[in-house]
Amino acid sequence: MSSVAAAWKKLPWWVEPFTVAGVLIAFGIYSTAVIVFAGGQYEQYISPFFSFTATMETPAWAPAFITAPMLLLWIPLGFRATCYYYRKAYYRAFFWDPPACQASAQNREPRSAENYRGERALFVLNNVHRYFLYASFFVIAFLWYEAFRTVFTYDGFQIAVGSFLWFANIILVSAYTFSCHSFRHLVGGNMDCYSCVRGGNARRKTYNFVSRLNAKHPQWAWYSLFSLLFTDIYLRLVAAGTITDYVLIPFGG
Amino acid sequence: MTENGNSPARAGATAIADDGPKKKVKLNIFRGTEEGGKEVEYEVELAEGMVVLDAVLKIQAEQEGDLAVRWNCKAAHCGSCSAEINGKPKLLCKSRVDEYEGGEINVGPLRAFPVVKDLVSDVSWNYEVSKRINPFHSDEQAPFTMYEEDVERLYEPKKCIECFMCQDVCHVLRTHHKHEEFAGPRFFVRNQWLEMHPMDNQNRLEDIKEDDGVGLCNITKCCTEVCPVGIKITDNSIIPLKERVADEYYDPAKWLMRKLRGRRNGSSSS
Repeated sequence: MSSVAAAWKKLPWWVEPFTVAGVLIAFGIYSTAVIVFAGGQYEQYISPFFSFTATMETPAWAPAFITAPMLLLWIPLGFRATCYYYRKAYYRAFFWDPPACQASAQNREPRSAENYRGERALFVLNNVHRYFLYASFFVIAFLWYEAFRTVFTYDGFQIAVGSFLWFANIILVSAYTFSCHSFRHLVGGNMDCYSCVRGGNARRKTYNFVSRLNAKHPQWAWYSLFSLLFTDIYLRLVAAGTITDYVLIPFGG
Repeated sequence: MTENGNSPARAGATAIADDGPKKKVKLNIFRGTEEGGKEVEYEVELAEGMVVLDAVLKIQAEQEGDLAVRWNCKAAHCGSCSAEINGKPKLLCKSRVDEYEGGEINVGPLRAFPVVKDLVSDVSWNYEVSKRINPFHSDEQAPFTMYEEDVERLYEPKKCIECFMCQDVCHVLRTHHKHEEFAGPRFFVRNQWLEMHPMDNQNRLEDIKEDDGVGLCNITKCCTEVCPVGIKITDNSIIPLKERVADEYYDPAKWLMRKLRGRRNGSSSS
């Protein structure tokens, strides 16, 4: 892995911002197409993009272009859009503020000094990140519920390849959510003195655990993005009959 | 400009073994001042384990006696020899020449600050910023009794060697020249140490927001990438400070809790 990272670093500076922009745009197009035009449930599987929709209908008053997943997808969308890691990614990839660190890249930064406001003007709204985090706890709970739901069929209990994908997805999404900088701040980063308050040691240990997770926050961000994508694609391929969802351990029935 | 004389080497160059392979390496070094200058190509004999500072000092000793370069410990501890190699800030004493094998080695001064001469920049602006940081203050008399769990986060910011490479690479200073409004990553590291210190009783959040301009930082992590001692500046200093500033200024629930319950012992805003 270190040789891959070393090789990546030797590439020209523009490779990273263009790659990040390309992947995020592709993900945006795919997910929009899916939530607008496609269904999200097949047998015991619910696409992570369609979380909640098994228990929730689109209200009658909602305009026609609003589909059920849109009612709640604003939470993960807002969480990722205001995430400290994704902020770095899109400031670099889309705004070129700056696109990379070396002089030749910084010289291409399009904004003049007068127009650069950092996160003081419009992007001060990114401070709402912690509220998206709190809302994400509900999304996480539902994704865990839906992962467990994959092992229950209409006539019994089974473990199929799909279940592993759903569990891998929610583990990665959980790692991403609980490695969040705002969560780290919430559990202990906001304290100066752990020994001064009751329960301080537990908070310190939680803080240290979250800090270890947080060190890999960018990786969790990407892994969980791809796991969402692969899980959804898997569901569609199984539903279309292109691939078979192999049952590894059948029970009951 | 290219010359390989046998004149007696000065202290900086004598450490290089002469019995290595007689391979040569080219360096383009900026020669000039703030008003202007140009890159000049030099060639030196490559020695095993040679770092860019060795090469620069060899050039200074054997070819260009007036080549200005700042250095001191040659052990990546003092932060004096910070300069730019191929447009990225590096400690010259920690950058091996063979890392650039097959490529160019362009050496220049830190560009976020005025260039005095050749590879030397005037970094005194940083000391002025340092003076305006509200210093450590405690109501208790030192020596303090402190517990490991309360100070373990303070070791990392204390590793800073003040090379100012993070200041140099930060686009807020380098590209946008916001020196009046923005303290720069090094001083957020310092502020984080002060803010998280269990014995310090000052509240610097207003200074961090208004005077030091933490909101101008858009967390693109270049500072972290260049830190020679591996401080995770963005994740462990700047973002925790941004979160504390958010607690104080951008979080309506926190504001309401402060109104109802007052400030709590052990919290950042105590």
